[in-house]
Amino acid sequence: MTAVCYGLAGWLLLIGCGGIVRSRHLVHTVVSLSVAQSGTYVLLLAIGYQKGAGAPIVGQRQQVPVVDPTVQALTLTDIVVSATITALLLALTVQISRRHGTVDPDELRALRG
Amino acid sequence: MRARDGLALAGGLGVAGLLVAAFLRMPAVGGTVHVYRDLVLPAAQHANTPNLVSSVNFDLRALDTLGEETIVAAAVVGVLTLLPPRRKALPPERGYVLPTVRFTGYLLLPVAVVLGLDVVLHGHLTPGGGFQGGVVLATGWHLLYLAGSHSALQRLRPLTWLEHTEAAATGLYVVTGLAGLLAAGSFLANFLPRGSFGSLVSAGTVPLLSVFVGMEVAAGVVVLLSRFLAHGLGHAR
Repeated sequence: MTAVCYGLAGWLLLIGCGGIVRSRHLVHTVVSLSVAQSGTYVLLLAIGYQKGAGAPIVGQRQQVPVVDPTVQALTLTDIVVSATITALLLALTVQISRRHGTVDPDELRALRG
Repeated sequence: MRARDGLALAGGLGVAGLLVAAFLRMPAVGGTVHVYRDLVLPAAQHANTPNLVSSVNFDLRALDTLGEETIVAAAVVGVLTLLPPRRKALPPERGYVLPTVRFTGYLLLPVAVVLGLDVVLHGHLTPGGGFQGGVVLATGWHLLYLAGSHSALQRLRPLTWLEHTEAAATGLYVVTGLAGLLAAGSFLANFLPRGSFGSLVSAGTVPLLSVFVGMEVAAGVVVLLSRFLAHGLGHAR
């Protein structure tokens, strides 16, 4: 269980970075970044998990243990940041495609005005 | 090309080694020691907030959510700057939408809107909150587009008002924080009456802040998608 959760988090981060390095299309680069970032979701949720515990929605005098809500709130923040960064990068991709006529990172040799 | 791949592989292996070294010293998944959980649970129950995640987001760490909300607003402003409005309207595209797709779009439109409102308004009681509900509302709005009616979407999408809504909702979050500063002595303090546990109007400022965030996210995402749609339609290169 521990090895699967932590291993998956590390794997997603590394395979996402690998996708960015090997990318031939800027939209693919942006999606690879999202994959790398989803590794942090898995890591955060794994840290907060407790075996047999319920969801963090409680009654007034609840005794049943719940999983850690703090890391779940952090995961929500993480997803929001990921979505906004994806939107910004895609807008940049549209502009690059218009100005340079290509979306292959290797063909963007220099920053032209 | 090959040199870059080799360099990336070496770097990736190094990071993988560091990750393994770090994970080996971390506690096992599923353990019973959760310090923050033990602190959040009594605080949220005292504030009559059944949803602990919303309690963290809109009460205990509401300042962090202000930053998060500002990131969303900044990203929308950034996209609006990068993709300026188009001068001349594009000619309407002649496309064919399957009748089943059209029917499903119109069928799911009211469902998505009601679900989005429910997720925003009950954010302090059940799973959900402003961010999630706002995204459901904004995507539900675009079922009109999926149903093939771009003209209906343009009529039912008051972009100027949505831009104002986004800015106003972001500002009202700060105003609520300042009201807490005046009423209870600290910025974003939960100063409103807590109500009875589990009722719609309870948990003090939590549902109020959740609604502001929901308005901001829904308006922001609709404005953002409108620019992407305007630049994507008929401009495939």
